[in-house]
Amino acid sequence: MSVAILRQGDYLIASIQSDLSDSEVIELRHQLTELVGRHRSRGIVIDVAALEVIDSFVTRALRSIVLTARLRGAETVIVGIHPDVAIAMVQFRLNLEPLRVALDLDAATALLDRLTQGDARDGR
Amino acid sequence: MDQEPYQAAADEESDRRAESRATADEESDRRAESRATADEESDQRTESRAAADEESDQRTEDHPASEASDRRTDGRAARPSEEADSLLQELVAYLRECRSELREEWARRISEAELLGVMSDEEIFSEATEVYDNYMDALETGSTETLETYARELSERIIPRGVETHEVIGIVLLLRDVLARSLFAKYQQDLDLLNRILDSYEPAANRVAVTVGVSFVEERERVIHEQQEAMRELSTPVLQLRDRLLLLPIIGVLDSARARQLTEQLLGSIQENRATVVVIDITGVASIDRTVANHLVQTVEASRLMGASTILTGLSSEIAQTLVDLDVDLGMMKTVGDLQGGLVEAERLAGYWGRDGSDSIGVEN
Amino acid sequence: MEDEARAGEQGRADEVRVAINDDADLVTARAEARAMAQRLGFPRPDPTLIATAISEVARNIVVHVGRGEIVLKPFEDADRYGLEVIAIDKGPGIRDVEAALRVDYSGRGGLGLGLPGARRLMDEFEIASDADTGTTVKMKKWRFRDELARLREERRRRA
Repeated sequence: MSVAILRQGDYLIASIQSDLSDSEVIELRHQLTELVGRHRSRGIVIDVAALEVIDSFVTRALRSIVLTARLRGAETVIVGIHPDVAIAMVQFRLNLEPLRVALDLDAATALLDRLTQGDARDGR
Repeated sequence: MDQEPYQAAADEESDRRAESRATADEESDRRAESRATADEESDQRTESRAAADEESDQRTEDHPASEASDRRTDGRAARPSEEADSLLQELVAYLRECRSELREEWARRISEAELLGVMSDEEIFSEATEVYDNYMDALETGSTETLETYARELSERIIPRGVETHEVIGIVLLLRDVLARSLFAKYQQDLDLLNRILDSYEPAANRVAVTVGVSFVEERERVIHEQQEAMRELSTPVLQLRDRLLLLPIIGVLDSARARQLTEQLLGSIQENRATVVVIDITGVASIDRTVANHLVQTVEASRLMGASTILTGLSSEIAQTLVDLDVDLGMMKTVGDLQGGLVEAERLAGYWGRDGSDSIGVEN
Repeated sequence: MEDEARAGEQGRADEVRVAINDDADLVTARAEARAMAQRLGFPRPDPTLIATAISEVARNIVVHVGRGEIVLKPFEDADRYGLEVIAIDKGPGIRDVEAALRVDYSGRGGLGLGLPGARRLMDEFEIASDADTGTTVKMKKWRFRDELARLREERRRRA
């Protein structure tokens, strides 16, 4: 599996190591939802810096992780979207509605802290 | 972060893209055509030889000037081509004969009309000689290729010196007139012949004028865009104002190539500086169109995907109105009236982020 | 099939064929497309846009047909050159091509085949599909030879 998943306190940090096939993306979703339950994690950070393409399938998978994790009590933040990938996603006009993004792990955990402490008034 | 569906961005553009496939082909067809005009011309000449006799019969019966001009506007296919061909040869021979005299007359009229003021009389005379000879060749052969090459080289030489489009077109039209006058003078005794001579002369002369004019304008366009490119490289700095706070002041004309370049530069800088807030100031942008507005929206959205919030400042009332009229979806854009206000807001946002991030976590950067 | 793709690459330096049989082949197709785009001199972010578009059409092959092929080749014409992508399958065809291309403003895109999105990422997009011969998607990304050619194109788009 080319994803490393670490536990850091209340959060799970999933760090993608290389471009993923669709089955690996599905596997990641599966693992994350299971781990959230096992560790009662309150947040997930997915580092997608290694993904050279975020297409409709990956976006759907990410949204599905966000929504599933939320049902299990965890918020998800995506970090490390490559500039070119960001442009492609915008031009593709993918539906990114429930996705939260942050620049790096630092910002992501800060965001999760706010979200999980109920301090999410401005929705960020 | 609050993510809205990425709806309004570049919908139009995609439609236009599909269409542009067809137009691109048309374009290259059109170009191939215009290049082939010269050949066609000579084909037509040989093809319609049979029709030539009939035509000239008709013409001896009634040859008022009006008829002659009707015939001209009818198009070249209807022209008696063999005769036209020999007339053209005749008039070219005559114009070559009078070369030094007409060339001088032309140069005189150029300075009279105060054209090419930036050039000395000697320069004008030497270019005039070249143009004259090229002009004759073009009239004679019907091929504008050599002339086109010469016109481009000439343009390359004189554009940096500030010669204007109207001057170039002006001098070519002057030459056309000088030559036409000399033809009037020579053939004034025989109006019918004069008409036929002009039938041959005018389309050829006009083609020459168009060739020179277009070559000049295209060359000028090329120079201008080279300069624009150079300026573009220089004119898009992304400034780091504070830790994690970037300022992108946009000055000048925004077209989609530049907007695209700005986007790339900005996203790269966000990554490099780990910026969380970006202020895009467009005080220095005079106008904006739909394509560029959509680019701007895309830039903001892409920045957001990288984790940076964007504040847009300095929208002139004109641009604000345009954006509203164009129905550009600015729902996700945070706008602040002026740069100063934008920076205050940016610091507030960045401070908020910084405090939150470093205080509670303290993860290494 | 992987070997076939390699052989194609060696046989004709200007063309790369990637057999699409399962989702792992998408990764190969994306990587090949990116490599060729970079070789052809496409600036950022174009290689990523091309790879994303290819990912979509290749996935449609895997999901809806099972097997097919992606052909990548450089093209050239009067004032531009670039990369052409041809995605071929011998499947049952798309019943309603129009619907598959329709822009759905929710961003989910027509029939969910990702085609409107792929089209937006490329400069040209054509699709031919019927029950007998399967589906062929042809896409192109352009590079202009010079700045004037690009400006002319831009002007035409605006007109």
